[in-house]
Amino acid sequence: MEGFLAAAVIAGTPLLFATVGELITEKAGNLNLGVEGLMVMGAVIGFLVGYRTGSPVLACLGALAAGSVGSLIFAVLTVSLRVNQVVTGLTLTIFGQGFASFVGSSVMGAVLPYSIKEFFQVIAIPGLSSIPFIGPIFFKQDIFVYFGYVVVVATSIYLYKTKKGLNLRSVGESAASADASGIPVNLYKYVHIIIGGALCALGGAYLSLVTVPVWQENIIAGRGWIAVALVIFASWNPIKALVGSYLFGGLNILGFRLQSVGIHISQYLIDMLPYAATIFIVIISTRKNKKEDMPPADLSNPYFREER
Amino acid sequence: MEPVKAIEMKGISKAFGSVKANEDVNLTVYNGEIHALLGENGAGKSTLVNMLSGIYMPDSGFISVYGEEVRFASPKDSIKKGIGMIHQHFKLVDVLSAQENIILGDRQGTFIKRKKLTQEIKKLSDQYGLDVNPNKKVYEMSVGEKESLEIIKVLYRGAKILIMDEPTAVLTPQETKRLFEIIRNMKEQGCAIIIITHKLNEVMEISDRVTVLRKGKSVGTVNTKEVEVQTLIEMMVGKKIDLAITKETIENKKLLLEVDGLYVMNQEKKHALTDISFSLYSSEILGVAGVAGSGQKELCETIAGLNPAEKGRIFFEGENILGKTPQEIIRLGIRMGFIPEDRLGMGLIGSMDIVDNIILKDYQNAPGLFLKRSRYYEKANRIVDKLDIQTPGIFCPVKKLSGGNIQKVLLGREIDSDPRVLITAYPVRGLDIGASLTIYDLLNEQKKKGVGILFIGEDLDVLMDLCDRVMVFCGGEMMGTVDPSQVTKEEIGWMMAGGKMKQEVRA
Repeated sequence: MEGFLAAAVIAGTPLLFATVGELITEKAGNLNLGVEGLMVMGAVIGFLVGYRTGSPVLACLGALAAGSVGSLIFAVLTVSLRVNQVVTGLTLTIFGQGFASFVGSSVMGAVLPYSIKEFFQVIAIPGLSSIPFIGPIFFKQDIFVYFGYVVVVATSIYLYKTKKGLNLRSVGESAASADASGIPVNLYKYVHIIIGGALCALGGAYLSLVTVPVWQENIIAGRGWIAVALVIFASWNPIKALVGSYLFGGLNILGFRLQSVGIHISQYLIDMLPYAATIFIVIISTRKNKKEDMPPADLSNPYFREER
Repeated sequence: MEPVKAIEMKGISKAFGSVKANEDVNLTVYNGEIHALLGENGAGKSTLVNMLSGIYMPDSGFISVYGEEVRFASPKDSIKKGIGMIHQHFKLVDVLSAQENIILGDRQGTFIKRKKLTQEIKKLSDQYGLDVNPNKKVYEMSVGEKESLEIIKVLYRGAKILIMDEPTAVLTPQETKRLFEIIRNMKEQGCAIIIITHKLNEVMEISDRVTVLRKGKSVGTVNTKEVEVQTLIEMMVGKKIDLAITKETIENKKLLLEVDGLYVMNQEKKHALTDISFSLYSSEILGVAGVAGSGQKELCETIAGLNPAEKGRIFFEGENILGKTPQEIIRLGIRMGFIPEDRLGMGLIGSMDIVDNIILKDYQNAPGLFLKRSRYYEKANRIVDKLDIQTPGIFCPVKKLSGGNIQKVLLGREIDSDPRVLITAYPVRGLDIGASLTIYDLLNEQKKKGVGILFIGEDLDVLMDLCDRVMVFCGGEMMGTVDPSQVTKEEIGWMMAGGKMKQEVRA
């Protein structure tokens, strides 16, 4: 059981980065449906940089850069030019997939150097890892997983305890009110769309650098879309995003586990689980009434100050 | 001693596309004065102050604050100069608490220090006599509380120049009274205050000086004490008008609508209406008085078929219409024009033009698969002419019109359909005197034609002048029906606060 849960955390980590990334983007009032594309861009650039340089740090930075550039395109189009966000996001996904196929064709099936595998080895945190049950699940993991915890905690503090975080939330809730309060709305949108996009890409890089350290084109396999749904499931709260991500990580690997204990259900049926659960959860979570659990009120509305 | 010029605007012009919102406008406001900005809908009052708050940039002209010339590129610049703007549509974030709204955009420190903030807010509230609970969420607040919050928000930033864009438009008489006390308080503390309004009695009551705008130009500035109301009206409208509302009693009334023991739940599953019974006759205007949120909205929606009733019956000429679809009720000739606080929320579609908005309730009744839009051009032009709607044309998106003109489109559409019963809620909300009088005339004209009108209003004076009978609501219950000629305003006010009236008035 512990083994299964520890594996669920690993499987949930790419979802976690992408979910928190999309959450930050949506808090700025922009709906970026390009998560899938940003993840695959991060995965391919991370893999390429890691493969050529052998440096895990450069690989991660490469992925972050890829996500930043990808989401910068989205920001220019949706914030400055006020293009429809849904269309732009979908286009970004298609663009990301094409980009990854093109760039990744040279390393198809290649294996990462040992230095990277070594860097992302399991590191048990002294003390914490010896807590019964909890320790082996959460504190005997690789450095990437730990960074995920840091991102969630930092995002929560930023959103709910700092003035900048408050300003960010107001931009997503009512850009006109934020503007009237003297908050530079477009700057906030740009910065957070880019940070969000970079995190999505880092989630993709986890798949290509750690989970499956071999390059393959369909490596993301719809996780970007699950992340978009998880933001709704989490009702735009980073802590709930963590819970949701690990839950879906568990669903992702359920098939393997069932087979290994001798339960034979069609693999196709098992593969369907996370996606079916996504639909189910989106239905459930849109039925809640609390104002605080609602999407940012100004989500996906372009803002133009002199609009009459 | 020469008073300090807080704000000086000279030769300000601003155009939106082909519409000149401001043309060569001048305005000077001194420290320690309450300066009213008066003008009809679309005279350019909001545009002018929005240039002071940094929302719009003037096309030409100069703005000085405390003698120093300024160019505001954004609201941030304006806030820095000590200007605080309270917008007509509150700029508050609903899901945030009062104190969170207050520190939005604040640059001091990284973390939110809630305890210290609560104290500071308390101190400010006491100083100016405002009442705001720092931890209350905005969506739980009444409009009066929101207004107070907006004021504290600008005071917290140390604003010395306060601009209020139609602050009283959505307030109850009691709330307005309190607001005026607060404004006088701020004046005593040396603030300069600009207040936009088109309610003349308020101008006379609160302001020291008045600047009148007409069609985007400044007509002049006068001392309030030295001016007569009639003169202000002439400056504002450009001609003399008679303010009296006419009321004719018409005999031979027929029973049109009968509401019997109606109970309605609201979205929070609480009773919005409890045991409501009344009759509406032809050729009468039946008023509904009550503090906002006393069940007026639910009453309108239930009659129009938009809201299910828990129990009770509504008869229209002997036929129970409860349970009928809105479409069927419209076909019976029951028309509703509800003007919500944001004016656009219900009944009109902002991005569509006047023609399409007029078609909206009619297209199902026209034969054929395709819309014949040209047939409605004439109708649209007729409504525009009759109600004197200020618009570049009938193909202009409705949201680009000023608030009053939007309301005229809505009401014009309902009246033009020759209704049997007309429900109008807040038809003059935010309208200037000229436009309001037009609307009262239109309603009286409908009354003469035999239409039964349910008039949900805010201004008690208007309700008493216009209506044949007035029903008073309080918290979803009916306190009684009165004959306006038999009661005083105070008595109605007392019923609005929950006092029951024993005697019932028959139509």
